[in-house]
Amino acid sequence: MPAVRIIPCLDVRDGLVVKGVRFTAHREVGDILDLALRYRDGGADELVFYDISASPEGRSVDTTWIYRVARELDIPFCVAGGITSVAAAESVLNAGADKISINTPALSRPELISELARRFGSQCVVVGIDSCERDGDYCVYRDTGTDQTRRESGRLTLEWLAEVQSRGAGEVVLNCMQSDGTRSGYDLRQLSEARRICHVPLIASGGAGRWEDFAAVFSIARVDGALAASVFHEQTLTIAELKGQLVASSLEVRI
Amino acid sequence: MIGVVDTGGANLTSLFAAFERLGARAEMVDSAAGLARSSRVVLPGVGAAGEAMRRLQRAGLANLIAGLRVPVLGICLGMQLLFEQSAEDDSHGLSVLPGRVDALVARGPVTVPHMGWSRLKRRRASPLMKGIDTSEYFYFVHSFVAEDSDLTVASVTHGRSFSAVVQRDNFFGTQFHPERSGRAGSRLLENFLAI
Repeated sequence: MPAVRIIPCLDVRDGLVVKGVRFTAHREVGDILDLALRYRDGGADELVFYDISASPEGRSVDTTWIYRVARELDIPFCVAGGITSVAAAESVLNAGADKISINTPALSRPELISELARRFGSQCVVVGIDSCERDGDYCVYRDTGTDQTRRESGRLTLEWLAEVQSRGAGEVVLNCMQSDGTRSGYDLRQLSEARRICHVPLIASGGAGRWEDFAAVFSIARVDGALAASVFHEQTLTIAELKGQLVASSLEVRI
Repeated sequence: MIGVVDTGGANLTSLFAAFERLGARAEMVDSAAGLARSSRVVLPGVGAAGEAMRRLQRAGLANLIAGLRVPVLGICLGMQLLFEQSAEDDSHGLSVLPGRVDALVARGPVTVPHMGWSRLKRRRASPLMKGIDTSEYFYFVHSFVAEDSDLTVASVTHGRSFSAVVQRDNFFGTQFHPERSGRAGSRLLENFLAI
C-alpha cells in the first residue's frame, strides 16, 4: 500500500487563497504560491485548490496561477471548481495540474466523467461527492458552493459512487456534509460503507479537528487520503505533528 | 539540450519546470531533427499507450528512439513504451526492453490506479539511484505495470511486486513521476543529467 496521504485544501478566488492561513485578525488572504510551498515544506503529500471564483457564475478556471504553482511545486496537486467541459479540463491540465476534480458538472452530465477519462486517462479524473444522510440513506447534494444554491441531486451516494467508478473516475473525494466544519472527526460510518464498494483511491473530507481523527479515518475507514482545510490553515495542527502521531500509531506515512 | 518527446499527453509543465529548477534546458521534440539535436531524451508519462505509439510512428520516431545512444529516460507511460507489448490498447511498444506491460488488478484493499507515495525495494545498482536512500518515497499514479525482471533496478509493491525503476545500457525508466516526487525525485533527475 502507498503511504496514507495528507491533503490540505486551499480555497482560491481570483488568484488568491481565501480562508487560508490566518495572517491578520480581519483578512484571511494569502498568495497561492507562498502557501503551497509552505505546505509542501511542512510535509503535505498533495494539495487541492478549490477555485471558488469559477463555478457559481459559470465561468471557467483562470489558469495563470495554476501555471505559477506547477512550475514551483514538486508534489502533485489537483484543481477543483468550474471545470464543466473537456476543453476546460485540458486548459487546467496543460497549465500543470496533475488532476482535475469535478462535482456538480458530473451530476448534471455524467458522460463528462467518461469523456475526461478517455481523453486524459482515469488517473487525472477525480470526482468529488457531497453527501448527507437523510432518513437513513446517504444522498448526494449539488451546487453546494453556497447555502442558496445547495440542493439534493436525487441520487443516492453509494449508487453514484459505483457509477462514477464505472464511468472512469480514478479517485473519489467523499465530503461528508454533516461533519464538514464541525471538527468533531470524519464520518467513519459513511466512509467505511463507501470504502467497501470503492476500488479506486478514496479521500475523506469533512470533520478533521485532531490528529486522532486522521488516525481513525485511516485505520478504521481505510481511506487512502484525508483532506482538511481549517485545521491546517489555522495551525491548530501542523502536518509535521500530525505525521509524527500517525507514525506512532503504526500507519505508513511519508516523512 | 534535453529533448522531451511529444507523446501527445497533456501536462508537461511540471516536467519542464523540474528540469528548469535544475538549471537544464529542455525542449519539446517531435521530429528526427529534434531528436538528433538532443543530448538526452525523455519519454514523458501522460496519456494512453496506443495513442502515444501511433503518434511516435506517424512522426517516424519509434525506430529512431530505439536506436538512440544518448541517455534516455522513460517516465510512467514513457517507461512502459520501452517494452515490447502493452495490455493497454493491446499495443506494441518500442521493444527496447524485453517483456510486456500488464494491467494492475484491484483486489481487496489494492486500489487501481496505484496512486500515491510508495517506497522502493532496491534490486541492483544504477547511476540513476545514486545517493537516494531506500527510505525515500516516490509518487506513483498508474494502472499498468511492468513485471520485475533482470532489468529491474528497484521494485515497488502494490498488491504485488513490479518494476519501479528499470535500466538497460543507456535506457532508463521510472514507473513513478520524479518531477512530482519532491526532493528524492529531483535528485533522480539530477542523476539522469549527470549520466
